[in-house]
Amino acid sequence: MKIGINRERRLAPMSDTNLLLMITIIVFFAMYLAAMVFIGRGFLRVQTFFNILNENAALIILSCGMSIVMITGGIDISVGKLTALICMSAAVNLDYHGGSVLTAILLSLAIGIAFGIVQGYLVAYLDIQPFIVSLAGMFFAKGMTTIVNSTQFNVQNEAFVALKNTRIYIPFLGSVNRRGVFVPAYVEIGVIVAIVTVIALFVILRWTKLGRSFYAVGGNPQSANMLGINVRRTRFLSHLLCSFLAGIGGFVYFLHVGSGAPSHATGAEMNAIASSIIGGTMLTGGVGNIAGTFFGVLSLATIKNIVSLLGLDDAWWTNITVAIMICIFLVVQSVVLLRKRK
Amino acid sequence: MQKDSVLEMRGIYKSFYSVKALQDVDFTLREGEIHALMGENGAGKSTLIKVLTGVYAKDEGQIFLKGHEGPVNIKSPEEAQKAGISTVYQEITLCPNLTVAENMYIGRERSPITNWRRMNADANRILEALAIPAKAQQQLGTCSIAVQQMVAIARAVDMECKVLILDEPTSSLDESEVSKLFKLMLDLKSRGVGIIFVTHFLDQVYEVCDRITVLRDGHLIGEYAIENMPRVDLVSKMLGKELDDLSEIKSGDEGESSYGEVIYEADGLSSTATRSPFSFSIHKGEVNGFTGLLGSGRSECVRAIFGADRVTSGKVHMDGHDIKVSKPRDAMKHGIGYLPEDRKKDGIVGDLSVRENIILALQVMKGFFGPISRAQAEAFADEYIKLLDIKTASTDTPIKSLSGGNQQKVILARWLLTNPQYLILDEPTRGIDIGTKIEIQKLVLKLASEGKSVTFISSEIDEMLRTCSRLIVMRDGKEVGELSGSDLTQSKIMNTIAGGAR
Repeated sequence: MKIGINRERRLAPMSDTNLLLMITIIVFFAMYLAAMVFIGRGFLRVQTFFNILNENAALIILSCGMSIVMITGGIDISVGKLTALICMSAAVNLDYHGGSVLTAILLSLAIGIAFGIVQGYLVAYLDIQPFIVSLAGMFFAKGMTTIVNSTQFNVQNEAFVALKNTRIYIPFLGSVNRRGVFVPAYVEIGVIVAIVTVIALFVILRWTKLGRSFYAVGGNPQSANMLGINVRRTRFLSHLLCSFLAGIGGFVYFLHVGSGAPSHATGAEMNAIASSIIGGTMLTGGVGNIAGTFFGVLSLATIKNIVSLLGLDDAWWTNITVAIMICIFLVVQSVVLLRKRK
Repeated sequence: MQKDSVLEMRGIYKSFYSVKALQDVDFTLREGEIHALMGENGAGKSTLIKVLTGVYAKDEGQIFLKGHEGPVNIKSPEEAQKAGISTVYQEITLCPNLTVAENMYIGRERSPITNWRRMNADANRILEALAIPAKAQQQLGTCSIAVQQMVAIARAVDMECKVLILDEPTSSLDESEVSKLFKLMLDLKSRGVGIIFVTHFLDQVYEVCDRITVLRDGHLIGEYAIENMPRVDLVSKMLGKELDDLSEIKSGDEGESSYGEVIYEADGLSSTATRSPFSFSIHKGEVNGFTGLLGSGRSECVRAIFGADRVTSGKVHMDGHDIKVSKPRDAMKHGIGYLPEDRKKDGIVGDLSVRENIILALQVMKGFFGPISRAQAEAFADEYIKLLDIKTASTDTPIKSLSGGNQQKVILARWLLTNPQYLILDEPTRGIDIGTKIEIQKLVLKLASEGKSVTFISSEIDEMLRTCSRLIVMRDGKEVGELSGSDLTQSKIMNTIAGGAR
């Protein structure tokens, strides 16, 4: 009898969030396996996978922040330009003002938090559309970047360069090169930061009152208010968290490229939105999952890798494939919504 | 504060812009009683409750709660919950994207960390105890509306509350669910919880309540013990008509024979919004009316006729032909016009001009590729502005800047322009001044004399008596009587609304 009840509980209909997460994970693995089987070459090397991580560590962090505002029912298109501003500021701090790695990190986080407080306040307490607020934020960050420094330059600070070149080798994983020497696979420090971020946010969204409030506010703000949730504070915190994560992501990006430039991270906000959507976050709010976002970034990067390995190394081919992929995922989301209406 | 009361509200005022929603309203809730809050639409019931739960800030007045020194100031639903007031709102205020268990506990958990295992176990226990057919881990959006409402009730009763507010919780529940809810309410009552019960169903009031407070137009009419309050008295208090006045008014007495052939006939019509199928017919040149308290299903019936909700069954004849009306455009093609109850939501397009609002229905009927020239539109607009005496600065004025009565006339003009054979007017005179009301009533009678058929719905019975020659009375989603000729008197109508001979 008791077993019967348990089984029934396990078979309770899957929530939208979990269903979309499942789809994303399956799509990612199917795509990667297909690439290994049909393209082979680079995809058979372990390092290719870890390079995807190295290249996209910053995007993973930015996308996590994006997912949180999207789950809460907002959007933040300032994170790309904010990343560029952070790179430039940190670079100038290191090379022109005699800063250390620590001051650069603190500066990055401070810029992120400042953006978060202002944007969050405007959205949550003055009821301004998040799109408009972050559009203004985007232009502001873009302008500030060129004011801080208008040209690209590589950072020479020794401690920083050492940190940038640090490789963390993965035990027992790697591939044998042409000469028969075993080359272990490695990741950069940014990847570790990204993975810790993903895990921390996953826990926050799943097991804390704050995390569940994000979902409740995104699902129905009026109801959330009636249920006793402080909607304004929740919205404010979602934007603060997003910009703070852009602070972390901005520094990780800086650590990866090692330079400051106004053109850095162009379109990163769009990639973050795309990754969130592919990862099962709905633009309408209330549905989404950080694990999905992680796989969303990986799927997007894998698609781009496949396109370039097929020799179609044109920006427009990449864009077209990404567009098709987003369309497919939006259709899947609509189907999920229709399922509810029956 | 009196000894046995758990809640006292004194001299509450609340207005929205220029509309006075509550004026000097007192309300007292005693320990262990079920207290019905009654009143017609716009009486201020929901506003009073939202003031109490901190959704709206009151303009004036004081609220006293048992266990609190002096007046309390509740600023948000969060604070109301903490003060021991739990609420089930009329509309479902839960998050469809969360699980059933989360909806029961979110916003009132003590620890910042969610213990899913314990929360699910607790939720399942309550769901089982209340026999609610839902699982803790199920996403709320996949449950039926009735189950969602039960979950909201489960959440409210699980709180350690002193005051439980149920704002029309039964509108989406079936009979067995309602009786389950009543059992629960009586149980809570015996434990000393004060319950405020808002409903439109008179039967339910007399089944469980101890006391009734009646509001009308934002004013307190009075507080009564249920045993001293016969149904007819209650209805007359809610509608604002004293029984003594009733016999004086007599209706028009033309015989039915003077009408032409049946123009519209529906047989077993039902939609997703109606509660039971209904049959209905109207003659050429006749004005009939649907009456009943709000929530009795009168608007749902006419919406079904117009195809405004999804029609699920029924046969419709018009002018002797079988027709199919599944969407408003079908109805419009067959010459049916519908002036909706909710002018702001379903009627006006606020930012468009008076002219554009007037030609809207005609434009739809012509199709969007059959343009109406600017000069023609201007001519139509001028004609109807003159005909209906619409007070507007120009034909280009956005409709939202007009007064309510003039907005209503514009919508009326919109339908008159399509020259309908059968026009449905759902509360056309709500919220507009007396002068305009009478003009609209006259217009209705004039249309009928021109051979058009009109269905007229109004909450004001004397208005119905002046215009209609036949009245269909509804209660709780069913037709309970049809009155015409000499039966058309206030007292007859009220008796029928209140439940026949009882």
